[in-house]
Amino acid sequence: MSLPTSAPAETATPGGAADHPAISLRGLRKTYGDVVAVDHVDLDIADGEFFSMLGPSGSGKTTVLRLIAGFEQATAGTVELGGSDVTRSAPFERDVHTVFQDYALFPHMSVLDNVAYGLRVRGMKKAERRERARQALETVRLGHLGARRPAQLSGGQRQRVALARAIVLQPRVLLLDEPLGALDLKLREQMQVELKQLQRELGITFVFVTHDQEEALTLSDRIAVFDAGRIQQLGTPREIYENPSSAYVAGFVGTTNLFDAETSQRILGVAGEHAVRPERLRLSPGSDTETPREGEVRLDAVVVETIYLGTGNRVHLRTSDGVELVALEQSTGSLDTREHRGEDVTVRFARADVVPLSS
Amino acid sequence: MSATSADTRPGRTTDPALRGPVARPGSRLLHRMVWLRLSLLLSAPLAWMLLVYVVALAALLITSLWSVDSLTSEIDRSWTFDNFRTLVDNEVYRTVTLRTLGVAVAVTVIDVAIALPIAFYMAKVATPRVRRMLVVAVLTPLWASYLVKVFSWRVVLSEGGLADWTGFGSPGYGLTAVVITQAYIWLPYVILPIFASLERVPDSLLEAAGDLGAPSGLVLRSIVLPLLVPGIVAGAIFSFSLTMGDYITVNIVGGANQMLGNLVYINAGAANNLPLAAAIAMIPIVVMLVLLTAIRRTGALDNL
Repeated sequence: MSLPTSAPAETATPGGAADHPAISLRGLRKTYGDVVAVDHVDLDIADGEFFSMLGPSGSGKTTVLRLIAGFEQATAGTVELGGSDVTRSAPFERDVHTVFQDYALFPHMSVLDNVAYGLRVRGMKKAERRERARQALETVRLGHLGARRPAQLSGGQRQRVALARAIVLQPRVLLLDEPLGALDLKLREQMQVELKQLQRELGITFVFVTHDQEEALTLSDRIAVFDAGRIQQLGTPREIYENPSSAYVAGFVGTTNLFDAETSQRILGVAGEHAVRPERLRLSPGSDTETPREGEVRLDAVVVETIYLGTGNRVHLRTSDGVELVALEQSTGSLDTREHRGEDVTVRFARADVVPLSS
Repeated sequence: MSATSADTRPGRTTDPALRGPVARPGSRLLHRMVWLRLSLLLSAPLAWMLLVYVVALAALLITSLWSVDSLTSEIDRSWTFDNFRTLVDNEVYRTVTLRTLGVAVAVTVIDVAIALPIAFYMAKVATPRVRRMLVVAVLTPLWASYLVKVFSWRVVLSEGGLADWTGFGSPGYGLTAVVITQAYIWLPYVILPIFASLERVPDSLLEAAGDLGAPSGLVLRSIVLPLLVPGIVAGAIFSFSLTMGDYITVNIVGGANQMLGNLVYINAGAANNLPLAAAIAMIPIVVMLVLLTAIRRTGALDNL
């Protein structure tokens, strides 16, 4: 078997990428015995898109990724890559590559041999594959560590080797399974920036699985929020955050103040569930007797707890009729603006910031 | 603040029994004296090692340098290399040594070849329930008596026995029968270390290799096998050294053939030549030392 590295993508889809989405899932379903891991997932991911699958563990996002990679066989439904049906193909027949959560570097090979492995499998000559592997390592700024063993690298370096090992094959689609999960916060933020830059430079479609909503919001072009094996909401980060479609999405992506139907009726005078983001609440000391302005909701509340966040304060409140609220106050640089425990405050927010939820 | 107000605070009341250090003077002494801790921990096993391994081996080496007076059958305790000269000069010993090595190599190769797929199935394919059952199945024969197992093989391989019924025919009693029986008896010792090292290979490594384009055969050759070398070496050392030292199987299914163990047995017993027996016993020891050094040189044990 000797294929040139970039050929499969081009030969598999004559006419190019524009005709078909990079990945197309239809009615995808996966069950393990009685357990339904993925249920009726329909999804199109465009070429060059940074797409995130967000959800708690057990929500089915990783299973969808493994179905795309070919590590699992779908119970029902189809997986198309660039327009060709690969539902029954083995992983080594698919033009997608995976960056594993534990990196899955081969411990008995040097870093360079790890990166060159995919080229070696394709029968490329030693000199050429070493050269390409070296270039890929340069791309992730590890050109000087090719001779090391994976065990001699730090977590962030291993992460980059795993990336280099995948991108050296010039895939159209890169699948990333919680790739930053094992890194500490500082390194993680740095790697997020690098990932985003890499994706833009190479123009590869990234499918990124994460349970970290902040990571998904900052990196992605589009996000699919998963729960119980289904996509709960699909949209841009802004849509997901500003207009969550359900209480579940509103609660999972960022913190939120949820009003159930009964509370909504009482406080807002409207039917159905609603949500307001904590940063939309404005607090002022003392209770206020003025009548609320047009388009404004005003509530009297008591401060239950104030938590200092560095960038601001998170204030937990309880309204006079027992509704729990959270407000986020940005630090403005003025002296002590903290509300104290037990203090009476007035909470205001605009009706326009209240998002109706479909339950 | 008065005592009563402190006590009314939730979480502040403490049971005096839970306060203060646990009084254990002995433990405190041990904590301070690292050497005392170490010597208490290691003295028993060290004494045992010294007695069983070092002293016994030294006694063996010394005995092999003695000789037996052919008239009185008394042991002559003066140093001599006569026994080793006999081993080198007498063709019988060379033949038996080579035969023993050949049997040990054959048993080891067969065992590794059988153990690899079984261990792979157990570690990577079987469901947890099947895996547990297989581990038990592999271990169970170790509870059965060695003699019973060898005699069962004698029955299987006998004329008109089970082996004849299968249509392949029995090889009869001889070296082939010895290899078959020994390969059976030592198989668990080869499966288990290979299984253990396979279990330590994360599934994601196999998936990653497939993901990068390697078909299953290549994944096995380029990823699984290299990572299994320590396990294979460990299993091979077991089956090889156990076969080298065996003499009962040869007696029961080996026909007229003799292995090194038989020569030791005869010289230590019937022939009443303990020094020569000791010298013969040095052969497998030297072979194993040479082998282990060679294996170490290749770096196969680095990942152990």
